[in-house]
Amino acid sequence: MSDTQERWGIPGTYVFDLTLSRQGYAINKMCNSLKFDENREAFKADEEAYMERYGLSEEQKQAIRERDWLRLTQLGGNLFFFLKLGATLGYGLYTIGAQMRGESYEQFMSTRNVPGAT
Amino acid sequence: MGKIVAGIGSSHVPSIGRAYDQQKQTDPAWQPLFDGYEPVKRWLAEEVKADVVILVYNDHGTEFFLDCYPTFALGVADSYAVADEGYGKRPLPDFPGDAAFSEHLANHLVSDEFDLTLCQEMALDHGFLTAMPLLWDHDDTAWPVKVVPLLVNVIQHPLPTGQRCFKLGEAIRRAVEAYPEDTRVVVVGTGGLSHQLNGERFGHINEEWDKQWMQRIQDEPRELAALSHKEVMTEAGAEGGEVIMWFVMRGAMTERVEEVHRFYYAPMTTGIGLLALNNSD
Repeated sequence: MSDTQERWGIPGTYVFDLTLSRQGYAINKMCNSLKFDENREAFKADEEAYMERYGLSEEQKQAIRERDWLRLTQLGGNLFFFLKLGATLGYGLYTIGAQMRGESYEQFMSTRNVPGAT
Repeated sequence: MGKIVAGIGSSHVPSIGRAYDQQKQTDPAWQPLFDGYEPVKRWLAEEVKADVVILVYNDHGTEFFLDCYPTFALGVADSYAVADEGYGKRPLPDFPGDAAFSEHLANHLVSDEFDLTLCQEMALDHGFLTAMPLLWDHDDTAWPVKVVPLLVNVIQHPLPTGQRCFKLGEAIRRAVEAYPEDTRVVVVGTGGLSHQLNGERFGHINEEWDKQWMQRIQDEPRELAALSHKEVMTEAGAEGGEVIMWFVMRGAMTERVEEVHRFYYAPMTTGIGLLALNNSD
């Protein structure tokens, strides 16, 4: 259980409260910058330098190196912002979500009512 | 004098916008959704005939960043741009505002003790955009209604309570009725219903809860608004907590309401709800 789960007590859920938001501020600030094309290019050209510029912790950098979206969430990344990182790297919402559930994309889609509605 | 002539609750989901732009209206996966909105679109065009739409929504990291995040923010501009959420701008016309009406709302609501952030520029993302073309026809350049965007923080806790949102709706009603022009106003509350986009519980939806909620918001909105965020999120998912934005709409309606139309569809990761209400009293 992470801290936010202890605070809120909802299993499998990371409520984005101010404590988590402050922990993840560097991640979200960096991801927010990726709404501009020139920044996306700069990130892709040198991920390490880009992460360094925004002051991410080593743990946060490692989660991004590993494209570990669940870990990134636990460290304060907010999906609405890290979707821009996903878009930069070619990861869509359902790919990210399946990974957070510990499932393949196909497994996840098989749990949906109308998987064609994407 | 101003008058609230309808209340609409409607989910906002980016994939609906993509389906609309890609003209998937008759795609088997999407047709139920577009057909579900059609009667409300017709009712709004033929009977309601609004002049202005107050649309309650949240931004998704498009226009507002966490450096300075408003709890409630009201648009007070003559026009609002369609935002680029990172995939290119949707092919929708920008929205005409009604700055005089917004200014009236701002003055009235702040003196009624709702201390809003006031925005003279506001680019609108799918939180705002999803419902608009499903509810009002547009052409390449124009919309048939003016808009007032009202943003609620449902992203970063502490969120305003459901009760606070309901009271904001009541204050909006008082403000609208104090407007000297004969202006017909629709309030649209967006967001929800159940969905969760984070953690191991990603993809959680609760169809039973959603259906009950669409009934209870009509019959016992105050009891519903008194639920804690934790209670709502436990049932409806972390992002399902954004249903509080529907209370702004409900608070702006009369004590009793008449259901004009209801639609529900939960194809992928969101319980998509549409509720059209008329004032009864």
